[in-house]
Amino acid sequence: MQFEIEVNDEHVIARRGETIKNVLDRIGVKVPTLCHINGFTPTGNCRLCVVEVDGLPGLVPSCSHPVEEWMKIRTHTPRVLKARKTLVELLLAGHPNDCLYCEKNGRCELQELSYEMQIRERKYQSRRIPVQIDKACPSIERDPAKCILCERCIRVCNEMIGVGAIEIIGRGSESRIGTTYNKGLNTNACVKCGQCITVCPTGALIEKTAIHTVLEALNNPRLYPVVQFSPTLPAAIAEEFNLKSTKDVLNIVRAAMKKMGFRQVFDISMAADLTLMEEAAEIAERIRTQEGLPFFTSCCPSWVRYVEELKPVYLSSLSTTRSPQQIMGRMIKQYITTSAGQKAEDVFVVSAMPCTAKKEEAGKDFIKDTQVPFVDAVLTNREIIKLIHLMGIDFSFLEPEPEDSAFSIRSSSGKLFGMAGGHLEGLIRTLHFQMTGQEMNPLKIQDLRGLKTRKEARIKIGKQIINVVSVSGLAHAKHLLEEIEAGRREIHIVEVMACPYGCLNGGGQRQGADEKSLKSRMKILYDIDEEEIIKAAHKNPTITGLYENFLGKPNNDRDREFLHVSRVARQEK
Amino acid sequence: MTGSGTPKLTEFLVEKVVKNYSGIYDKSTAELLSRVRREKLSQPAIFIGMGSCGITAGADKTLKAVETYLTENKIKADIIKVGCMGLCSAEPLLDVQLPGKTRLSFANATAGKVDDLLNSVFHHTLPHDNILGQYRFHGHEEWPGITSLEELPFFGLQYRMVLKNTGIISPEDIHDYLARGGYKSLFKTVLNYTPEKVCEIVEQSELRGRAGGGYLTGRKWLVALETGSDQKYLICNADESDPGAYMDRTLLEGDPHRVIEGIAIAAYAIGAKKAYIYLRSDYKRAIVILRDAIRQARECGFLGENIFGSGFNLTVQISQGAGAFVCGEETALIASLEGGRGIPREKPPFPAEKGLLGRPTVVNNIETLANVPAILENGPAWFKAIGTKTSKGTKVICISGKGVRTGVVEVPMGTRLIDIVNTLAGGIKNGKQLKAVLLGGPSGVFVPPQDLETEIGFDTLQEIGAGIGIGGMVLLDEETCMVSLSKYFMEFLQKESCGKCIPCREGTKRMLEILEGITRRPREESSHETLERFKGVVQLENLAEVIRDTSLCGLGQNAPGPVLSSLKWFREEYEEHIFDRRCAAGVCHDLRTFFIDVDLCNGCNICQRKCPENAIIGTVKMPHFIIENKCTGCGICFDSCKFNAIYFK
Amino acid sequence: MEQLLLDLFSKYPAGKKEGLIPILQEIQEEKGSLTGEILTAVAQHLELPVNKVYGVAAFYNQFLFRPHGAFHIQVCDGTGCHLGGSVSLLTAVEKFLKIKAGNTSRDGQFSLEAVPCMGACDQSPVISINGERYPRINEEELRKIIGVIKEKKV
Repeated sequence: MQFEIEVNDEHVIARRGETIKNVLDRIGVKVPTLCHINGFTPTGNCRLCVVEVDGLPGLVPSCSHPVEEWMKIRTHTPRVLKARKTLVELLLAGHPNDCLYCEKNGRCELQELSYEMQIRERKYQSRRIPVQIDKACPSIERDPAKCILCERCIRVCNEMIGVGAIEIIGRGSESRIGTTYNKGLNTNACVKCGQCITVCPTGALIEKTAIHTVLEALNNPRLYPVVQFSPTLPAAIAEEFNLKSTKDVLNIVRAAMKKMGFRQVFDISMAADLTLMEEAAEIAERIRTQEGLPFFTSCCPSWVRYVEELKPVYLSSLSTTRSPQQIMGRMIKQYITTSAGQKAEDVFVVSAMPCTAKKEEAGKDFIKDTQVPFVDAVLTNREIIKLIHLMGIDFSFLEPEPEDSAFSIRSSSGKLFGMAGGHLEGLIRTLHFQMTGQEMNPLKIQDLRGLKTRKEARIKIGKQIINVVSVSGLAHAKHLLEEIEAGRREIHIVEVMACPYGCLNGGGQRQGADEKSLKSRMKILYDIDEEEIIKAAHKNPTITGLYENFLGKPNNDRDREFLHVSRVARQEK
Repeated sequence: MTGSGTPKLTEFLVEKVVKNYSGIYDKSTAELLSRVRREKLSQPAIFIGMGSCGITAGADKTLKAVETYLTENKIKADIIKVGCMGLCSAEPLLDVQLPGKTRLSFANATAGKVDDLLNSVFHHTLPHDNILGQYRFHGHEEWPGITSLEELPFFGLQYRMVLKNTGIISPEDIHDYLARGGYKSLFKTVLNYTPEKVCEIVEQSELRGRAGGGYLTGRKWLVALETGSDQKYLICNADESDPGAYMDRTLLEGDPHRVIEGIAIAAYAIGAKKAYIYLRSDYKRAIVILRDAIRQARECGFLGENIFGSGFNLTVQISQGAGAFVCGEETALIASLEGGRGIPREKPPFPAEKGLLGRPTVVNNIETLANVPAILENGPAWFKAIGTKTSKGTKVICISGKGVRTGVVEVPMGTRLIDIVNTLAGGIKNGKQLKAVLLGGPSGVFVPPQDLETEIGFDTLQEIGAGIGIGGMVLLDEETCMVSLSKYFMEFLQKESCGKCIPCREGTKRMLEILEGITRRPREESSHETLERFKGVVQLENLAEVIRDTSLCGLGQNAPGPVLSSLKWFREEYEEHIFDRRCAAGVCHDLRTFFIDVDLCNGCNICQRKCPENAIIGTVKMPHFIIENKCTGCGICFDSCKFNAIYFK
Repeated sequence: MEQLLLDLFSKYPAGKKEGLIPILQEIQEEKGSLTGEILTAVAQHLELPVNKVYGVAAFYNQFLFRPHGAFHIQVCDGTGCHLGGSVSLLTAVEKFLKIKAGNTSRDGQFSLEAVPCMGACDQSPVISINGERYPRINEEELRKIIGVIKEKKV
């Protein structure tokens, strides 16, 4: 139902059920916000979006107040501007004075607001009790002093991820975001997904940086630094540096990495193909014996952490295949020791990931009987971008560098890993072949595509119907587990991604992603799948070569050394 | 007549009184009723005010003394524990009623006086002190020369409707309530009116919410009734946490059944089958009395399944607030009931449409609900005849502070504030002058003497920028420092702010820091500091406007009230604090300047040794001297001088 | 698991968040404070993250994470008592017991708290020791009472 209202003396159309801000967004009137998260119910914490409505006392929060027929709204009167300015000044009163030294310098929403509101002096000065920075977690660092209590992190952690690793503790101006008894984030339900970092407007939440370690390695003559990157990196770099044409971007990225000092550059998608081969074999076995179903993927370390810590009953249902990052790291070290004559401990593998949880995963695996980790350091896509800036790389002068290393051939199934539902799609293509010896046709599974947090499909493989589900956003995985526990027995395969919509929206990605940019990142991956000739893991000649010459059959790694790992529950705290 | 009573008595009262539409009784029924109501006594009855205020004053010791007296003197008499009849400054209150004679009321009846008091009554000779007055009653012989209570200034102005039974009846015995017409309204309602009709009656009566909002109660009920849902809830908000306000407690400890009946009628009107009474967990006595009252009501069939055979079901549950002032706000209360932190929510949607667990929920203040039985009994026209054109009915007010008398009173809307101060409270004690009246609790406003002609009412008070709030009224005299008091309220609100929205959480903190700066002595005196403090006052006003405009709930919106009103009426006090560094009322300790009287000082040196700032110089046996700019005004020297040689200005 | 928790968990159904505050209240009444184990057990029963349970407990005045002293002294700081001299009374007690309001003495004997209005405003200042109220009290009397308590302990 439509009706007319007035905004800043202009007549506009509004619809029943909209909030005032919905209308303002539609007609292009911008009001500042701080506590607002796209897709979440507005709570009205920050009061920055307030507007004047004739006849209503006080100022009205436009994010949550429904629009009504008689409304006359004014969005930028002196009264409103003064209120917004004062609110930001109040936030600044207790905020540390160290913008120049802060991780978020130049990318901080509080800075932006302060600039927008023309704040030129520290009007209010407040006492603040000194607080400790929480550095316990290998992936995430928390500085409560910079927190402005917008509660975005808490809402994401509770509503999207469903673990509630952080909460507001206390009341009033004593409120702090923290954990039970103020213990570090590491001793907790935190799954390290980093979604809190992507929504934090200030520098209160940042990733544990590995840039210095990597810089040292790049400049250490003894070491042989290499980098492996995920399918999401080219798109991230294209977004940041405004590059066009995806095909060349990958090669340009390769050139940039070489310029930074990495001796070789690897695409993880190839290891993803290997993961698919192993997982498909595992599944085929479980379907044959009808045991261990449903099968859960395990390349998402946050999901694995969740199972280990909170739902150990599902440990035996998890895939034992290692994640592509770990497999690739191990393979690279093996390859380089044989081909370039380097010692394994001198090969420094850096992994560029859209993920913060991978930082913890990297520290888990070591080459048998040595102290040599599979992966030496993990940089988030954000950190790679920072490194590019730091090293003075100018993209306008870079020539695309062609693929030159081993492991450069990959199927588009490997690329689809970057997207929730993509891993599953690639998995089914290979499973179909392994179970029937025939290629699946069509290869595209439309039910598993799109920007949705749950996707289900029923696939015919030979005479059987295989039921598969892709869930992203750990809270949705929780719901699915509840359904399974309540009696849903027909599901064979579940792909779980802790980050909503998958790795392209990971905790290590650029901040400020909205639906439009997520859709564009998604499209890039689907376009690759469309254009690629090798669309399935089992069609990758490097992979088939590996199995013929070294690995034998898939799912044969009985000593759990290379491709598989044993799953163990964590201690009860 | 104790709480247990016989089932036969209950049945009798239900059949003959509750279900009796005409209100006309035959002779034997009337006789029995007057016994149940303790109008006609077969043996003496002693009533002791056992509200929490009374117990603090020593009523429990009085009770023991009375029991001892009766045993020792072998006198047979009933002891009835009643609630507080309102004159708290006169507690412990002890009433004695001999058969055939009026009920006699004694004030300040501490345990030590019990023997004399009871002796005098039982020997028909009256003491001169301690008598408060007598309850005049048709058919009772009056005590000669004793004022009737209704002629006392404290009671004369009052119209006790909500508090009609409080202090008179036993809250632990449902029969007392029944014998006075209790639960008749509930019976009439569920068997004769549809829920729509009940909403209509209450809306016609123009009863407005008694928690400060002043919204038409009947209309609120109608919204909830008309919103479709599988479940609806009625919540009685008795979470009063205003410092200096204890009306809800008085009502619950004195006449719990009136509240229960009001809740039941309200729940019926909105279509709710579940009702909650939300009160503070530290109101231990009220909880015990209420729990027992609910049990008794349930046993009589007034709660539970198929009440009076009407098909209406209702369970009433007590929910204890875990200690947060903000939970008096209805959406915060609902959040707390749902098992979370007491954080207010945005309105709209309003709780009447979407409240507890997403269902239509009506949150009514306990006093609002306590009005309902009388409205249903006497009709809306009767209620409208009390009060003023825009504010009908009465208001329960809790008077505290520096008045001669303090306590809980009930006056018709339209009563002037000055009359409450002078007549009910008896003016200011110790011969001091009235400086201002605080209305509306910690987020209220100070009303200066020139505005005290204003009448109590929602709109009349709004005209002077004030509101009645939940009814707390604090009288202040010339020894009150308005700056310090404003700071005290801001401290309270800062502690109780939930922390959700920036203006309240951060804004009140800044205001508090500014006020602390004004009332504290700085390390070094400089004109720069003075300018800072002055700027602070200007900032106070700016901040107040933004906090009022943008806060999410009433706590924040009204938080600047005391500061703004004290700035308006007592600006010179602020200026004195800022520029002269002086607190005229002598309250702001840090602004005191201490001096040593050289004639009285004998040089004992104790003050010098104790001074934490080394601000005192002097040699032993010689008069000492305080260095003013080192002194922080802590007062330790003043406390430790045995010769009264130290004084302050 | 101890009997108290077992009884509470059968009284308040699993997975229903509405039971959180009543459960914590009963435990607080019975045990005087809440511990990490208790919070974890309650969280598991109600299917909530532990942090959420802790966050709720930390919001309200009633819940304590460290028990009060054997003798808990509450000084009323409501408006009436504030005007009646509660501030200087509190300062005096702080000096006498050598603890600040909100804290417990090292030997666990005494704890001190400034509380909002107790509702006996005409009898200010009011203090309460372990629930027993002392109206119209002054510093001298309070010292005597505390002295008696101290002696009895010895």
